[in-house]
Amino acid sequence: MREEIIMAGFGGQGIMFAGTLLAHAAMEEGLNVTYFPSYGAEMRGGTANCTVIISDENIGSPVVTNPSALLAMNESSLEKFSSKVKKDGLIIVNSSLLKKEIKINDVEILKIPATELAEKLGDNKVANMVILGAYINRSKVVSLERTMDSLKKVLGEGRKNLLKLNREALKKGEENR
Amino acid sequence: MENRILMQGNHAVGEGGLQGGCQAYFGYPITPQNELTQYMAKRMVEERKVFIQAESELAAINMVFGASLVGARAMTTSSSPGISLKQEGISYMVGCELPGVIVNIQRGGPGLGNIAGAQGDYFQATRGGGHGDYYLIVLAPDSVQEMYDLTREAFDLADKYRNPVIVLADGILGQMLEPVKIVKKNPMSNFSAKKDWILDGCKGRKPRMVRSLLMGEGVLEEHNLKLGKKYERMRKSEVRVETDNLEDAEVALVGYGISARICKEAMEIARQKGIKVGLVRPITLWPFPEKVIAENVDRLKAFLVIEMSLGQMVEDVRLATNGKCPVYFYGRTGGGIPEVDVIVERIEKILK
Repeated sequence: MREEIIMAGFGGQGIMFAGTLLAHAAMEEGLNVTYFPSYGAEMRGGTANCTVIISDENIGSPVVTNPSALLAMNESSLEKFSSKVKKDGLIIVNSSLLKKEIKINDVEILKIPATELAEKLGDNKVANMVILGAYINRSKVVSLERTMDSLKKVLGEGRKNLLKLNREALKKGEENR
Repeated sequence: MENRILMQGNHAVGEGGLQGGCQAYFGYPITPQNELTQYMAKRMVEERKVFIQAESELAAINMVFGASLVGARAMTTSSSPGISLKQEGISYMVGCELPGVIVNIQRGGPGLGNIAGAQGDYFQATRGGGHGDYYLIVLAPDSVQEMYDLTREAFDLADKYRNPVIVLADGILGQMLEPVKIVKKNPMSNFSAKKDWILDGCKGRKPRMVRSLLMGEGVLEEHNLKLGKKYERMRKSEVRVETDNLEDAEVALVGYGISARICKEAMEIARQKGIKVGLVRPITLWPFPEKVIAENVDRLKAFLVIEMSLGQMVEDVRLATNGKCPVYFYGRTGGGIPEVDVIVERIEKILK
């Protein structure tokens, strides 16, 4: 088993947070995992992406050119990375922020109105959890329960108040596969 | 299940330093190692130890010099351009026989270069780096776990030889997160217990002197010969290397740090194709594990060296083979990352 996930979007959409959470859950599942962020000039409104590799074998470079899955939180991320996804790979896209029609051959595309669903829960900032929830359901690489547990650890004491909302968003995404 | 925590490489260096008994940290910001200085700003204060954000890299290394001079375990960290600035201080520390730990989270160069991970500072690290006639132990982690382990151990090695130690990593290792097992040991080894050379006030004893300016006739030569014996002891005792699959290999990949991980991936893919590939991963870049290379020159058809540079460690591999086995090179520079597929292709081409 080996999954290579690139998650991308605007800075501020919680890309790094979602990636770290997935990595944490994978570690708790007893798997090997690496997380690698884009770093440097990223800021709110700019672009951000991270790569998570999950495997039951040793992981070489934490950087991949051709991921098996892309979680695109906005249109520009989809444009940037969609052509790089492996044949028969998976793209999950936040359709709330998608204006164009998309058509990519040999790749499964899952459209999730993540921003809308997050807004209905009370805060569009948890759209990242909606997308991650959808990915977890589709890939089964980690369990939802494990991710829920990890969420508590990754948020930590300081952000405990956000636990409930983030858990709801994960669950929402998981149901909206 | 074993207790693992998910940790960033930069943070692992910081925590490793703390567990290695670091009593004083001096830093100055530079990407891609900022999280390390940030981590120490919090952790050193929590542990009631010294943290100073210096006004420059020069100030930081000279603060390490000063802290070491009074017997503290001290560390500074930076990335390539910042490490260049520290070289004068490192040279002085060697001259004065002062221990200390310097961590280089390498980025693209020359000049300000870029902020991507790179391996362009191998020559600088393994050939001294500053002026004068000296060497340092250079440790090269290839995982977040080793970022932790090797930084912790660097403090012991520095005290053991009264010489600075360099941990040479890169931006990828610094930025990535990976599970780490935190092993806590008593950080204060025997070496730090008996520092009978520190300048801690001479009341009731003879004054001591620590300096690198040795102007008398033949004094510096004598001093350097003494240091030379120390380097010889390091060469004899401190070589570390990981090898894999060399028994039946036709080609051995040689890589360190993040490149070694890419080599391991390439080796597995080549083996699946039935190509017999082995691996040599130097963990100490100086002293270089030349013996394991030399021992395999007759058995192997070739070495293929993989680096994120135009080719630096490849020279040490060539020296170690002494012309008895062909040495090939594949590298990427300026932040490029060697590709597994290309490595496998090169191996196939070599064996054709």
